[in-house]
Amino acid sequence: MSSTTDLMSYEDALASFDPVMGLEVHVELGTNTKMFCGCSTEFGGEPNSQVCPTCLGLPGALPVVNRTAVESAIRIGLALNCDIAEWCRFARKNYFYPDMPKNFQTSQYDEPIAFGGYLDVEVQGKTYRVGIERAHMEEDTGKSTHVGGATGRIHGADYSLLDYNRCGIPLIEIVTKPIEGAGELAPEIAKAYVAELRDLIKALGVSEARMELGQMRCDANLSLRPHGREKFGTRSETKNVNSLRSVERAIRFEIQRHATVLSEGGTIVQETRHFHEDDGTTTSGRVKEEAEDYRYFPEPDLVPVAPSREWVEELRATLPEKPSARRKRLQAEWGVSDFDMQSVVNAGAVDAIVDTVAAGADSDAARKWWLGELARNANERGVEVTALPITPAQVARVAALVKAGELNDKLARQVIEGVLAGEGDPDAVVEKRGLKVVSDEGALGTAIDEAIAAQAGAVAKIQAGNLGPVGALIGAVMKATRGQADAARVRELILEKLGVS
Amino acid sequence: MADLTRLTAAETAARVASGDVSAVEVAQAHLDRIAEVDGKVHAFLHVDAEGALAAAKAVDDRRAKGDRLGPLAGVPLALKDVFTTKGVPTTCGSKILEGWVPPYDATVTAKLREAGVVILGKTNMDEFAMGSSTENSAYGPTHNPWDLTRIPGGSGGGSAAALAAFEAPLAIGTDTGGSIRQPGAVTGTVGVKPTYGGVSRYGLVAFSSSLDQAGPCARTVLDAALLHATIAGHDPKDSTSIDAPVPDVVGAARSGDVRGLRVGVVKEFGGEGYQPGVEQRFREAVELLRELGAEVVEISCPHFTYAMPAYYLIAPSEASSNLARFDAMRYGLRVGDNGDRSAEEVMSLTREAGFGPEVKRRIMLGTYALSSGYYDAYYGQAQKVRTLIARDFDAAFAQVDVLVSPTTPTTAFPIGERADDPMAMYLADLCTIPSNLAGNAAMSLPCGLAPEDGLPVGLQIIAPTMADDRLYKVGAAVEAGFLAKWGAPLLDQAPAL
Repeated sequence: MSSTTDLMSYEDALASFDPVMGLEVHVELGTNTKMFCGCSTEFGGEPNSQVCPTCLGLPGALPVVNRTAVESAIRIGLALNCDIAEWCRFARKNYFYPDMPKNFQTSQYDEPIAFGGYLDVEVQGKTYRVGIERAHMEEDTGKSTHVGGATGRIHGADYSLLDYNRCGIPLIEIVTKPIEGAGELAPEIAKAYVAELRDLIKALGVSEARMELGQMRCDANLSLRPHGREKFGTRSETKNVNSLRSVERAIRFEIQRHATVLSEGGTIVQETRHFHEDDGTTTSGRVKEEAEDYRYFPEPDLVPVAPSREWVEELRATLPEKPSARRKRLQAEWGVSDFDMQSVVNAGAVDAIVDTVAAGADSDAARKWWLGELARNANERGVEVTALPITPAQVARVAALVKAGELNDKLARQVIEGVLAGEGDPDAVVEKRGLKVVSDEGALGTAIDEAIAAQAGAVAKIQAGNLGPVGALIGAVMKATRGQADAARVRELILEKLGVS
Repeated sequence: MADLTRLTAAETAARVASGDVSAVEVAQAHLDRIAEVDGKVHAFLHVDAEGALAAAKAVDDRRAKGDRLGPLAGVPLALKDVFTTKGVPTTCGSKILEGWVPPYDATVTAKLREAGVVILGKTNMDEFAMGSSTENSAYGPTHNPWDLTRIPGGSGGGSAAALAAFEAPLAIGTDTGGSIRQPGAVTGTVGVKPTYGGVSRYGLVAFSSSLDQAGPCARTVLDAALLHATIAGHDPKDSTSIDAPVPDVVGAARSGDVRGLRVGVVKEFGGEGYQPGVEQRFREAVELLRELGAEVVEISCPHFTYAMPAYYLIAPSEASSNLARFDAMRYGLRVGDNGDRSAEEVMSLTREAGFGPEVKRRIMLGTYALSSGYYDAYYGQAQKVRTLIARDFDAAFAQVDVLVSPTTPTTAFPIGERADDPMAMYLADLCTIPSNLAGNAAMSLPCGLAPEDGLPVGLQIIAPTMADDRLYKVGAAVEAGFLAKWGAPLLDQAPAL
């Protein structure tokens, strides 16, 4: 089923069923080297240029654990209020896939580094506590590019290209406990959870957590059960839902799809599903008739990880301010209402605004640009606002030009448009497009004289004390200067000329 | 000049260092010997004459410059084909790796090169070290120099045979269940399995990661010690390598002595299934230990009976995962890639064609033992047995300094005799497996020829973890004691090839 036309409405679905969610989020750690070897993790290198015998799984090569990755995992665990294992091991997850050169993934199985925590998320002013089952360490696989098929998937492809640069990059997988009782807020809670987790990861400085680059990826499990029943229904697992908006949409779609199937007397097949960004639907991936047998066993090439309690406490002491506390602090610093702060959060613009303020803008201006012009642009392009090709420093520069009176808002919007179009820094755009407020009073004077001469009726009313028609004169001047004049200054000059100031 | 191939490694190194002979002459003498006899023995899968002569010349050049040479500089060595060698083929005795030339050196390989040891080539082995006869090599069996119709042991039959055939004075083996010691026993040579983690596994193509241990093979205890000291030590590239000083094995080998030592005879290793001539020579070795001043007691290790079944769950389980990487994607054999088949189909065809029957048997055993629903009953249970065996050793070593047993229940059996009977083949490792499961050190050295067939018998000496030096202390004393009785090294009795 890929069309939405025959789906039960969301409201009807929720009228009959309770959704239960489980979210598995993979985060690529921002370590300098890979999980088990010394290869660089730098993004964007020539394919297969950042590989060695270990991450290529050559016969005889062995892994060595990256201490920084363990440290990051512990910090994530602590920030998620988890217990940190006193002793845990890696395990081999055995399955065949060409982008995994050993044909097993070194992961953790029944002994995760962190377990039993929670993360509080706020949705519509209410706090919802999401239980964390576990956070464990593992290595990423290589990247396959399937060429020649219609779908970009392996089936039907003519051939596949393999890039092992990503192979062995440290990953932390964070798995929630079943999220129950979310009701109609389920999609929003899912989105809020992933957003909160992303903010937390970024605050910890362990990853940039950029979903659009695959640094953070979400698998969304969903099942429905009729109201009042305790037993969970059969779940589907929608893989690689890679933006906050997609998390919300995927959950919403799956709720509707499950409800439709169930209320028609059908059964949900336990399977993985692919999410389609274009129409917000999911389609069947791989059917999991039985749970796949990964034949996990403790990784004999590695020794157990046994973080000392002293080390764990040292790391606990380095934890940054929680994103929720930080938001409260910022809200106070910026002096904005709950509603306005929520808008900032929803737009994913908190950090952008913070960085813009740090670059010299005042918070009102920063907020105005990120939530206005830039949010609109991001929406049109279908990307996160932070993915726009403009930096907080550039936005701060625009704000500074406005504050100095060198740009008005209309011109500033054109400057931003220029920056987004790749025309360079704000100053370069101003220069190239000739976007300066006309402050040459000689040039303005001519335009004003022309406007006064052309609108004798308005002039008479003004001189009689009725200032209403001033706007018409200002409009004429702005038109004549193609918007580049400072409207406030034009008003002053008109009134001065007509002797009413 | 005396035949350079009959010298010990220690003698060879001394003569090279003194300038009495050049390393190139030594290497050439061994290459000539290989050319002369290896057609009959088939110890080598690949002879790297060019590399060997270049390495030998580098040693001679260093000597000419006045550099101080290491204790094994200029000594030729036969390397088991399970270690990666940069630029030199590495097959592990398998068709699936035919033609693979590794881009990197194993740590053992690198240490040998650094020490000026001259690597003559790569030796034959049971495919992926799975076997006790070298008959499981995809490239044909190795023949025992004592009797060419018989097996040289396995999996490291090539390394042991190369020593016994005087094709090399030193060799490297790997011991997962006895693959150094059992070939040592049946060829009348010395083989040591160091404490697990004593020698780096980096670049050792894994069979069973938690059991595999590289070690020295030689014709004398001192030569084995010199090689042991050369390859041992902590390696940051192997997480399981021990970060502690290497026991002074050379010092121990130079001062063999068992006076005042308590020696335990493992009660469980004898009786039914043991060849009478093997038991006889073993009893004589125990008698020799007494004569030399050791106190001998009998020790029971009740859980050793379960070592074999536990081993045949753990080793295949790990192997099933370790060998998963041979999938035709990146290196080695690729079969059936006609452009129409999927990656998965090509992988299946390649593994079908590239692995031999014993490897397939163990992959299947291991895959089954790790399966969901069976894991606890098989792999989990085997790990518990492993703990019990380690406790048996702990209890034994609380009472004695070393344990002794026959290395293997019989002398070399005829090629083909056990090829179709895996269970009979597995029995060859009955006495060696417990030390792999527990990780402690053990040695095999010659203790005579069985009267009924005139073939070598091995004495196994077992020491606690990290007490590898004890093997050499005892081994050197036993070796000297037998030499005094026999008047010449045992190998002098081997037939000319």
